[in-house]
Amino acid sequence: MKQTQAFLSTYTADVSGVCSALFELGGMTVMHDPSGCNSTYNTHDEPRWYDTESLVFISALSEIEAIMGDDQKIIDDIVDAANQLSPEFIAIAGTPIPMMIGTDFDAIASEIEFQTGIPTFPFQTNGMHSYISGAGMALAAYADRMLDDAPAEIIPRSVNILGATPLDFSVNGSVDSMKRVLEEKGWKVLSTWAMGSAPEDLASSGQAAVNLAVSAVGLETAKVLKAKFGTPYIIGTPCGEKFNELLLKALENAAETKKSSAAFPDIPAEEIDIVIIGESVTSRSLASALHLEYGKAARVICPIETESDILSSKDAFLPEEDEITESLKTAKIVIADPMYRPLLPKEAKLIPLPHEAYSGRIYRAEIPDLVADIRAYFERSL
Amino acid sequence: MLKRVFDPNDTSGASVKISQARFPAPFVSGLEYGAPARGTWNIVHTGMLIPDAHQVFVCASNCLRGVVLTAAEMNASHRFSTVTIKENNVLEGDMEDLIIEGVSDIIRKLPNRPPAVLVYTSCIHHFIGCDLPLCYKELRKRFPDIAFTDCYMNPIMRKSGLTPDQIMRRQLYSLLETREKDPKSVNIIGNNYATDDDSDIVRFIKKSGYTLREVPRCTTYEEYQQMSESFLNISYNPAALAGGEYLKTAQDQQHLYLPLSYDEDEIKEYMKKLAEALGTEYDGDPEAKDRADKALERALSVIKDAPVVIDYTATSRPLSLARLLLEKGFNVERVYADSFSKEDQGDFSWLKENCPDLDIYATVQVKLRILPRVYDRKTLAIGQKAAYFTGTANFVNIVEGGGFYGFSGIEKLADLMTEAFIEEKDTRCLIQRKGLGCESCI
Repeated sequence: MKQTQAFLSTYTADVSGVCSALFELGGMTVMHDPSGCNSTYNTHDEPRWYDTESLVFISALSEIEAIMGDDQKIIDDIVDAANQLSPEFIAIAGTPIPMMIGTDFDAIASEIEFQTGIPTFPFQTNGMHSYISGAGMALAAYADRMLDDAPAEIIPRSVNILGATPLDFSVNGSVDSMKRVLEEKGWKVLSTWAMGSAPEDLASSGQAAVNLAVSAVGLETAKVLKAKFGTPYIIGTPCGEKFNELLLKALENAAETKKSSAAFPDIPAEEIDIVIIGESVTSRSLASALHLEYGKAARVICPIETESDILSSKDAFLPEEDEITESLKTAKIVIADPMYRPLLPKEAKLIPLPHEAYSGRIYRAEIPDLVADIRAYFERSL
Repeated sequence: MLKRVFDPNDTSGASVKISQARFPAPFVSGLEYGAPARGTWNIVHTGMLIPDAHQVFVCASNCLRGVVLTAAEMNASHRFSTVTIKENNVLEGDMEDLIIEGVSDIIRKLPNRPPAVLVYTSCIHHFIGCDLPLCYKELRKRFPDIAFTDCYMNPIMRKSGLTPDQIMRRQLYSLLETREKDPKSVNIIGNNYATDDDSDIVRFIKKSGYTLREVPRCTTYEEYQQMSESFLNISYNPAALAGGEYLKTAQDQQHLYLPLSYDEDEIKEYMKKLAEALGTEYDGDPEAKDRADKALERALSVIKDAPVVIDYTATSRPLSLARLLLEKGFNVERVYADSFSKEDQGDFSWLKENCPDLDIYATVQVKLRILPRVYDRKTLAIGQKAAYFTGTANFVNIVEGGGFYGFSGIEKLADLMTEAFIEEKDTRCLIQRKGLGCESCI
């Protein structure tokens, strides 16, 4: 049956995605929620919580405030907190009850911005979509609002990395490895949206020759930056020497032609018995690397939001447990988060690829840095 | 990155001297911060206490994520399933169908038939006016061999009557069948931890010849069902009160509330009440009192005048504990609590009068996110939040009173204080694990 998970976990939701994307940018993010979203986010979705003083709070919405439509409480509370903490910007993200009662986030944000003079972003999240949409809309809104519109001087062979959050790349050095791959080939990384870069770095994003969307989270931002500065973008996650060659070539072509594209090669194959389950861009990049490095074909099952043209004709968007179970019946090797294990056919082998946005912190220590060393991962597992 | 623009010594709004504090809520409510101290149990942990029962949560995905991973981290995913609410269910009003068909689908897929299923609904059901009785009626009709009960993850109600935690501690007993009462059996109810075997209360019950039952002690579903045979329920955690009242009606069991306390007179008063209910006498247990005093003296000789900080997650009576320690000569400087229970009102007044400089700190106020988490001297914390906020590695790692009660509880706590002050702990590692005492794969 649709919408039931007898055995599976669930992906990080949109509201946590907003918080994760904006975590390092000096703002204050408020989840408009009674309780629970906060502890879910800071326990399972945010590995930086213990050590980093980022301002993420909940509104502690009560029954009576919801019934009476009392928006003044959240406005007053946010203004009060902003006066105490002086954030660079304010973000408000919705959850199920505010959606049900039709909370006017645009009006609330306008009022807060009027009272504080601090840029305030409303996000129409409702806790019913994945982090892809939440983190995607957060970074895109930041790009739209916080970056100067003035035409920027393009820096040759420069690039922004878009869509890097711990939800897809954990805190295991993968993002630094991406920068290293690019810099070793003579590219200057202007900024990483949004891990390890200061707001000042992001402010120079318009000067990039090209953008690299390393996850589906980065796609909306890539489109905003294209509309704003004309910057073309390439879709793909650095992963393995041969796929990286393809990716770097695609970056050069895009810088020259100004045309955006995905870097994934066609994988000709009739029968495919390797399945990768996960986020679309990283999974397709891994499938590409597997093909290029080892001549093995893999298909992707993407259970969370993605743009359809990222997936190939052999791949599938399957958000339901029953659909995934059915699709795995012919699989011999499954590369997936270990929490998918209950769905595997008995004869299938699981190659664990823990995903922070799925199993949270449970397997964090085992999340591989596939950007730095894909061979070690596959040669240990295949 | 965040730029520090405020004075780190400005704790206004986040702390107050007890002399200036209001009871029961010393702080203005506003946005809330969540510290990464996760030892307190949530409704998943508590529900798992019923042996062999299966949990099904019906919520939006953001609400599901925290509970799914709670179950996974305690290695209990095989007893846990979910039904996801989407926008169309809210718009089309098919929430009843979703619950009935979703839960049915899950039960049919499970490799083993559970004796009981706990169905957790959410804030959405409450607001949409979902016909929950209809859902349970249909589920009971479809699966007559399974006991169903209604549980709730509706935090929007936490300021309206019973909190989800209180309701969970009540619903924990809703699956009990009615059985003939045994006048020599009693229950302790409402706790996540089994009450310590050495505690005054357990020793007294057993010495008086009574069989003691408690959910955390049950290892089979039948043992759990035997709780309905007891004639008396004893509770000492304020969150258990609703459960005690419920069982008076549902199971025709007496209820005796003996609040956890660190005060000699209160302990004696409550133990006398217990003795009366059991038809026996309480002699004041002078040996236990003496052992408690000696343990406190030992602790003081080690801890001396080092700052002691206490938080509300360690005990339901943080002010009673603070008062005891101050009276015994400890240098209690802070209590971390966002509000106080009515049981602590007498101690609040006493402390206001006799220790006016005691600092009361909030735990959720926004400044707690960025106030320096350091103390200028070696500090003993009692509780995980106190340890986190003061940055100390010397802390007593208990939640919810640790299962201790009475003079023996004071003795054990004093010994843990001594041990904690001498031996450092890995605060970061320990406090981030969910549900202290549960299995944890973290």
